Amino acid sequence: MNETTEPVAEGIQAGLPPLESLQEMLDRVIALAREQGAGEVEAGLNMEVGLSATVRKGAVETLEFHRDRGLGITLYRDGCKGSASTADFSPEALRETVRAAWDIARHTQADACAGLPEPRFLAREIPDLDLCHPWALTPEEAIAVALECEDAALAEPGITNSEGATLSSHQGLRVYANSHGFNAGYTRSRHSLSCAVIAGRGDGMQRDYWYSLARDPAVLEPAAAVGRRAAERTVRRLGARRLPTCTVPVLLVPEVATGFFRHFVNAVRGSNLYRGASFLVDSLGQALFPPFMHIHEAPHLPGAMGSAPFDGEGVATRARDLVREGVVQGYVLDHYSACRLGMETTGNAGGVHNLVVDPGGEDFAGLVRTLDRGLVVTELMGQGVNLVTGDYSRGAAGFWVEGGEIRHPVQEITIAGNLREMFRGIRAVGKDVDTRGNIRTGSVLLERMTVAGD
Amino acid sequence: MTGSALELARRQLLEPAGLDERDLERVLDRLLGHAVDSGDLYFQSTRYESWVLEDGIVKEGTHSIEQGVGVRAIAGDRTGFAYSDEILLPALLQASTAARAIARSGGQTRLQAWQRTGDQGLYPPLDPLTTLSAQDKIELLRQVDAEARRQDPRVTQVIVSLAGVQDHVLVAASDGTFAGDVRPLVRMNVTVIVEDKGRREQGSSGGGGRGGYELVTGDGRFFHHAREAVRQALVNLEAVEAPAGTLTVVLGPGWPGVLLHEAVGHGLEGDFNRKGTSAFAGRLGEKVASPLCTVVDDGTLPGRRGSLNIDDEGTPTRHTVLIERGVLRGYMQDRLNARLMGMAPTGNGRRESYACIPMPRMTNTYMMPGEQAPEEILASVERGLYAANFGGGQVDITSGKFVFSASEAYLIEHGRITRPVKGATLIGNGPEVLQRVSMVGNDLQLDAGVGTCGKEGQSVPVGVGQPTLRVDALTVGGTSTG
Repeated sequence: MNETTEPVAEGIQAGLPPLESLQEMLDRVIALAREQGAGEVEAGLNMEVGLSATVRKGAVETLEFHRDRGLGITLYRDGCKGSASTADFSPEALRETVRAAWDIARHTQADACAGLPEPRFLAREIPDLDLCHPWALTPEEAIAVALECEDAALAEPGITNSEGATLSSHQGLRVYANSHGFNAGYTRSRHSLSCAVIAGRGDGMQRDYWYSLARDPAVLEPAAAVGRRAAERTVRRLGARRLPTCTVPVLLVPEVATGFFRHFVNAVRGSNLYRGASFLVDSLGQALFPPFMHIHEAPHLPGAMGSAPFDGEGVATRARDLVREGVVQGYVLDHYSACRLGMETTGNAGGVHNLVVDPGGEDFAGLVRTLDRGLVVTELMGQGVNLVTGDYSRGAAGFWVEGGEIRHPVQEITIAGNLREMFRGIRAVGKDVDTRGNIRTGSVLLERMTVAGD
Repeated sequence: MTGSALELARRQLLEPAGLDERDLERVLDRLLGHAVDSGDLYFQSTRYESWVLEDGIVKEGTHSIEQGVGVRAIAGDRTGFAYSDEILLPALLQASTAARAIARSGGQTRLQAWQRTGDQGLYPPLDPLTTLSAQDKIELLRQVDAEARRQDPRVTQVIVSLAGVQDHVLVAASDGTFAGDVRPLVRMNVTVIVEDKGRREQGSSGGGGRGGYELVTGDGRFFHHAREAVRQALVNLEAVEAPAGTLTVVLGPGWPGVLLHEAVGHGLEGDFNRKGTSAFAGRLGEKVASPLCTVVDDGTLPGRRGSLNIDDEGTPTRHTVLIERGVLRGYMQDRLNARLMGMAPTGNGRRESYACIPMPRMTNTYMMPGEQAPEEILASVERGLYAANFGGGQVDITSGKFVFSASEAYLIEHGRITRPVKGATLIGNGPEVLQRVSMVGNDLQLDAGVGTCGKEGQSVPVGVGQPTLRVDALTVGGTSTG
């Protein structure tokens, strides 16, 4: 068969309308709600098209074409809130969605803090953050990249099986408007290449993976490098043992440390603070971390995954400190939670935008030497974190270090402690920063944790 | 009532678009015209609502409608997939052109005559959103809030949520499968924060299933969850450090069955076994558990959260024995993996929505009851942990290592439950842990209906269950090494 798939890809991927037409649509939605009788109104929409190709053991496994969209509206009827969403953008569906939100607002109760942020907080300029780099990729090309990636992994000694390699490429947009007259949008893209392989056989099998993720395909790691890294990470786990129960220093690799700082973000998130559902209630001004620690938010980093010109409520995002010299400088607030706490929004409706943990001077090898004797954690499992108390207990895998050198892989153990003590007990942050995601940190050395094993 | 759900699904999904069986034949023909072995269309329309109470008032409600169709083409072990949120013939034809791009070779397949799949009648084909008036929903949330606050003055925050979904699905496949289902699903949850002398804790409880809102309001269940959430939070206020190390663990009945879901469930899904990536691959007929253990996956339990009349490929769900008296008997299969492994589909082909590819997933996974009274099991333990409630879990199906996190646990000393301990993660090895089960209780319970399972980014509702179990050695991730 020699039918080419190129026009097909264009057919299904074309269809991201111009921002202006979507902005006009949101204006109409807001007008509909106002006609209905709503006071304040906001509406946001997302659209995304893309494709992903997965290969396994040298052959195509799946080819998926993605096309997603959604529109959400929130309106206030005498201070009572109602929300509705739809994936159907036809005029009738939009009218029905407005009506559904209106009907809900008939039953909810007013809340003094509910409503839109004051106009002075809204973004006035929409900086170009270099977030959209479409990739004119045919399915054949996507498959070829994934094959090259997996081939490199399968060529590594010790690799016995594969879960495959996947190339995904997406392009999308976000538009947000509200009844204060804010109406803006921006386009963005997201490309990723991942590979997961298996080493060993029978009882001794191990699996690991690696991925590269970027807004600009030119920034993706080379396909073969992703595959090789996945293979190396897998093979080095072979022969993993358990550890005796002990209390030792722990080094979190960067991709694990990002999750560690995500717990901090969640614990200073406004919705958890005003509910009393966080161990960091009233932590503003507290020396939570050692004095060498600085954590800041950098929402306008060009081309970064976490960058955004405005937050989920149209509030201008801005660079700011969350932790300076170990002391908490700010929380993560949207309009509502800020009001509940008697504060001002920090432009974090929807989360943080590039949380950066300032790196220290040592690389990973240097930190392993500093660790001297203890545990390197390369993987955590489960959800054993209680944000109300800070109690922490999760499954772990990694390596045992003795004499400043990695000795052998370990598995089927847990690490436990309390986040407050873990934050205070940070001894160093590495310069080996993981820049793929929304939280950027190097490895983190913790003074000690309880390791449960044999 | 055979076919009634199918008729309802057809009316909801095909008629508004003016589509009939001949149009579906045309779309499937286009799929099959190009060396594709098989193909299917999955139509879905979902209506969802949720209400949330906080600070004593219902501040938020949301409503959404989503619909679309997924088109899949299979050639050998390759899958091409595309979807559209417009259920219209041109969009369907475009999606099938994209999906069939996967085929480069393969057999010549002809479309089979339609065969309508019957309805197992496991739940009523109703719209749960209309089973209670909006005013009554609000009133209920308020009463639950009041009930929780009445329990104890230390309750500082109560969050109550109520959610309902109605899903219409219709499957048309090239092998002639023509099946439909109308799936109601409701759920409620209570979370409380308690505070005493500067110490804060939380507790939560919830339930639900496939049916109208009476599933969560009937028999005072709503109030039960309010009291249960407060009880758990107060227990945790008293909790001391959990032990660290390997010890005897007694797991309570019901939701602690998340052990089975993680330790063996995922590892017995067909895709991982076909690919040889599961720690259980190639072990059919081998002993993987103690003879006391019989584990099943059963999608046919009436009204259960994990139950389905048909799976998302149109296969009727069934009762599948996974482990029988300790011996591995079967895998959970979708159609693709069943065919490639030369086995029968088991009704476990599930997908999060029309926009996702189906894969083998669990329904309700549980262990059959044994003979011992739960008190006997506790009395047998000199020193250990009794884990009564859990949060979620996770598994590495290749190494077999799994975790699940206790949210309510106690020390067992000299055969008796003594002090509550803080939540801790338990870790074990799937192929080993059930071999260490030395006692199985006679008190099988299924969970209350709040479980959601994630796999490759797709979430689906599931159920778990088990009787009280004694596991002779499991690693407990506490902080107390004393």
